[in-house]
Amino acid sequence: MEGLVSLAVKAIFVENLALSFFLGMCTFIAVSKKISTAMGLGISVMIVQTITVPANNLILNYLLAPGALAWAGFPDVDLTFLGLISYIGVIAALVQILEMCSISISRRSTTRWVCPAADHGELRHLGRLAVHGGARYDFPEALTYGASSGFGWALAITAMAGVREKLKYSDIPDGLQGLGITFISAGLMALAFMSFSGVNL
Amino acid sequence: MAQTRKSQLVDPLIDNNPITLQVLGICSALAVTSSLSVAFVMAIAVTLVTGFSSLFISMLRNQIPSSIRIIVQMVIIASLVILVDQVLKAYAYEISKTLSVFVGLIITNCIVMGRAEAFAMSNPPVASFIDGVGNGLGYGLILMLVGFIRELFGAGSLFGITIFETVNNGGWYVPNGMLLLPPSAFFIIGLLIWAIRSWKPMQVEEREFKIQTVEAH
Repeated sequence: MEGLVSLAVKAIFVENLALSFFLGMCTFIAVSKKISTAMGLGISVMIVQTITVPANNLILNYLLAPGALAWAGFPDVDLTFLGLISYIGVIAALVQILEMCSISISRRSTTRWVCPAADHGELRHLGRLAVHGGARYDFPEALTYGASSGFGWALAITAMAGVREKLKYSDIPDGLQGLGITFISAGLMALAFMSFSGVNL
Repeated sequence: MAQTRKSQLVDPLIDNNPITLQVLGICSALAVTSSLSVAFVMAIAVTLVTGFSSLFISMLRNQIPSSIRIIVQMVIIASLVILVDQVLKAYAYEISKTLSVFVGLIITNCIVMGRAEAFAMSNPPVASFIDGVGNGLGYGLILMLVGFIRELFGAGSLFGITIFETVNNGGWYVPNGMLLLPPSAFFIIGLLIWAIRSWKPMQVEEREFKIQTVEAH
């Protein structure tokens, strides 16, 4: 249990997906204009991570890892080279399902924000992460890691959106307007997050 | 065709650059630019994958049902990336170790998906191929620029060859270690965007709130 808690803290702060590993950056920069949209996206990333990391973990441990196919009578088979394509398949399918669901939900309710979130199928590049998480952990750990790393990402993009909402009232040089200043403030946030892991120059 | 072949290839370099204007492919731009040779290999790999995935997706575009298009695109891209990954492991093992996860990340590189979705799904194969290669090159250009700055001032070398002799090795140059950390890439790209937009004012984004000018009395 203690191990899981410390894993969660590590995944949220020390190894923050967005600000320490720079994953999901395109979305992080492109969809962080408004807090409400950013939060919606954050939540759907969390959902995707929570489901795909453990799912990929199972695929790795029971189908692909060396010797994993022993139950089917192939103890010598090593299919890890198929890892990427199968992880990505899982994630792409999941994002597509989420997109379909969110469209039907958003038609009915006011939760319009789910739609742009899943619509940005870009969530899939968190897939790499699922690969990464899936390889190192056993099942409960993978579940914790998936949920908390998604939460860390959501936290980061919401904070970024907050910064940007304030920034739009400030007098920024023309060339830096918009994207430029976003990059620079993201850089400052990343530096701040480095303090969780310690700065090594 | 509205665009000529040449403009399709050249536009993404500066005028419609994937990183500085379309906001695509940033993750890897931050993570693999601390040394120039790695950035170079990454740029080539991305250009190849983008070009060929656009080509194949565009060939299949009329057969792909839109509800499962993401999966189909992913499968095509993933197969190409596995190919690149295996080739790198065979012929450039050292570099492939540094790139490790980021070769896999090409699959999810927004440029590849972005161009497949935005261009290849609605254009003929040859045009898509050129568009893909052009965008890959635009990405590569920024990657190399950032890699150049980071390696030269962070480690005092280029392509691993010493340019500035660092203090540790008895030279005069005190390396800026901060430039080897990923956050510095944010600042460099931010400043590059500033430079490009001062050169091409067309790209400047409109302000949401204008500063009110008060008339002098």
